[in-house]
Amino acid sequence: MDLSIFQYHFMQNAVLAGLLGGIACSVVGVFVVTMHLSFIGVCIAHAAFAGALLGLWLGFNPLLGALLFSLASAAIIGPVADRGELNPDTSIGIIFSLMLGLAFLFMGLMHGARTEALNLFWGSILTVTRQDIIFLAATTGAVVGLVAAFYKEIQAVICHRQVALAVGIPATIIFYGLLFSTGVTITASLQSIGGLLIYCLILNPAAAAYQLTYSLKKMLFVAVAFGVVSCWAGLAASYLLDIPSGAAIVITSAIIFGLATAFSPKRKVKGWQQVPLAG
Amino acid sequence: MDDTVIRIKDAVVSYREDVALQGVSLEVRKGEFVGIIGPNGAGKTTLLTVINGLGKLIHGQAWVLGSRLNGGNGINLRKRLGYVAQVENIDPRLPISVRETVMVGCYGRLGLFHRPTRAQWETVDKVLEMVGMAHLAQRPIGHLSGGEYQRAAIARALVQQPEIFLLDEPTASIDQKAQHEILSLIQLIHKQYHMTTLFVTHDLRRLPSICQRLILMRDGKIWQQGSPESMLREEVLSQLYGAPISLPNDIAPLQT
Repeated sequence: MDLSIFQYHFMQNAVLAGLLGGIACSVVGVFVVTMHLSFIGVCIAHAAFAGALLGLWLGFNPLLGALLFSLASAAIIGPVADRGELNPDTSIGIIFSLMLGLAFLFMGLMHGARTEALNLFWGSILTVTRQDIIFLAATTGAVVGLVAAFYKEIQAVICHRQVALAVGIPATIIFYGLLFSTGVTITASLQSIGGLLIYCLILNPAAAAYQLTYSLKKMLFVAVAFGVVSCWAGLAASYLLDIPSGAAIVITSAIIFGLATAFSPKRKVKGWQQVPLAG
Repeated sequence: MDDTVIRIKDAVVSYREDVALQGVSLEVRKGEFVGIIGPNGAGKTTLLTVINGLGKLIHGQAWVLGSRLNGGNGINLRKRLGYVAQVENIDPRLPISVRETVMVGCYGRLGLFHRPTRAQWETVDKVLEMVGMAHLAQRPIGHLSGGEYQRAAIARALVQQPEIFLLDEPTASIDQKAQHEILSLIQLIHKQYHMTTLFVTHDLRRLPSICQRLILMRDGKIWQQGSPESMLREEVLSQLYGAPISLPNDIAPLQT
């Protein structure tokens, strides 16, 4: 196989983006999957996409728009999901549809070619810049650092939120911190994976890892491995088959999820008494 | 010397248009075992949430363990209170073991940036032994039966080394044998640690025999209170529940 392609900066950037994006998305994915917040994550992803399009339309940095919209949506969704004044599914669905509507509105209002907007739609890991890599590296470092520093609080909140609150853990702050981390991670990965596909990379590796272990630590490591493998294998498929990179990454992660589910020991839960599955 | 650990004056709590507590006043002494009974919607759980600082008072005042609750100090107070709720539905695939779940009880007191020590893990193991769950320590928490889950919840509250133990229908939704075992465990703990305990139930058969005082709640108010012997009378209970109540021979204050 000809490896000379890796001499080029754009390919080195793509490999780095795959590594960093795979790590960050998979880690926040573990929170989202364990807390059963998939729909909230989808909503934040679409808010980031709408914010980026607003940036493109008005001529400011799309990442800034994505960051503001994703954090704002997390700040709205958190209380809506918590207080239960409206059915959370309904209210999050309304915010989700609003974000999708805004995204199409901003796209429709743009003049001229919409290549950059479409890149945000599908992502383009082969065109990420050094600046994107630096932002992604900082985000990944921050997410991993926060998980290491607050592991026990995060474990308590994502597994037993009401218990965490009852024993004096600042559960609400941790919960919002996780939502904001999801928003920032989505923003940082938007350029390489794309607004429509980013959420699959958050969900699929973590959901696959969830099928394979009862240990949160192992789940984090397995999800990260699946996330990075999805990015790199998708990147290779994109290069070799000349297909869109974002789509290739997402399809790879979905295949991994399918395999993990098919071979999951958790499907044999009834056999617990005979065959310990812990760890 | 004043040994009051809980003092609530004229507490009013409202959830939107529903008033859950209407002018409740209560004092509990250190080491007391108080049973709280009443029909569904009487305000029993809300009273416990006022004590642990999660219920917001719209009127009245509450002092717990010497601190007046002001909405901002609840988090520090909760580190000193053990809380066991009724069995909840839990995802069987949740990535956390029984041992790790019990350790969560220590996390509030441990504080941010501190990891559990070997001594704390040994305490967790000892408490699991005490509640008869040592053999299930490594099992995923979602794989427990209702009774086992409640034992784990009690173990988690115990490793917290609480000064007050709040039990909110801990025997609801579990089978008779498990109910009996949980009640025996709660009584054993109270005898061993002399912890101030508030035990909420709507099931008269599930009142521990060591209950020293019984509070009867109805419509968000304390309707009557007194010794179990004076409260557990058919005419009193029939008025409380709004339906004829006949006391079974095996009612729990006398036998568990």
